Amino acid sequence: MLDLVHLVLFTFLAVVAVAIIRLKDLFAAVMLMGIFSLLSASLFTVMDAVDVAFTEAAVGAGISTILMLATLALTDSEEHPEHNKFQAMPLIAVVLTGVTLVFATFDMPRYGDPDAPIHQYVAPYYIEHTEEEIGVPNMVTAILASYRGYDTWGETTVIFTACVGVMLLLGGHAIVDRFRRRKPPGREGEP
Amino acid sequence: MIEWGLYNYWVVIFLMMTGLYVVIARGNLIKKIIGLNIFQVSVIMFYVSMGKVRGGTAPIEAAGFEVYSNPLPHVLMLTAIVVGVATSALALALVVRIKETYGTIEEDEIRRIEADEDAS
Repeated sequence: MLDLVHLVLFTFLAVVAVAIIRLKDLFAAVMLMGIFSLLSASLFTVMDAVDVAFTEAAVGAGISTILMLATLALTDSEEHPEHNKFQAMPLIAVVLTGVTLVFATFDMPRYGDPDAPIHQYVAPYYIEHTEEEIGVPNMVTAILASYRGYDTWGETTVIFTACVGVMLLLGGHAIVDRFRRRKPPGREGEP
Repeated sequence: MIEWGLYNYWVVIFLMMTGLYVVIARGNLIKKIIGLNIFQVSVIMFYVSMGKVRGGTAPIEAAGFEVYSNPLPHVLMLTAIVVGVATSALALALVVRIKETYGTIEEDEIRRIEADEDAS
């Protein structure tokens, strides 16, 4: 059963999401994105995922917001409404997908059900054996660094690749110089 | 009688569809990335809410606690958050380069410029 705090936070999250997509001012939308991340971090805390919560608060509300703001500074902080003609097709597609997914939830285990399939197989092993096999009280750390260390290794590979990609795309300080002598829209003047 | 035990899934689906709609329907590239982020948070929320056990506590071993929430989704979602930021950083870098080349970050204008170039 869901507590009141879950209900309120989940509802708030949905409201903030709607506000984000309705805003034309991208700067305000990015700030609301930070609030959205912080709200989801509090929701993770009440759902016992403390490690996920502080990662989301640091990475989602912190680094992500900074990256977005930096991009806004280099590009355009206003969404121009004349480019957003209302189209029915995307809305229909999204609503249909949503209704199908909601229909599918009626077969899902209820929130907090200890007999749900997710709690049956490998998770109890981790919970019972972490103390003797790894010796770290925090099970999330034990799984992340030991049982599933190869996942984390794969993650670092992805981050490394993304870093290389960003560096190749932007080229460090060169980007600022290029922007200073930028030409007006269109590619005519470029070599 | 509404089943509140499924409310978490419904909000997750709502967020997911909101994000998907922004990605499909909005022309502004930064708005698309924001939509992608909302979508990503919804998936994380889905996993974490499935890992919760009634009456459980955070999965940190301590005397006096018997029931712990499932730590496995937490680990997977930690990875997902960090990878998500890495991919959105890459996407934002691409947006900056697109702005530099085309002078706009609106999808339809980029298409128009491309079409003009092809015609000439």
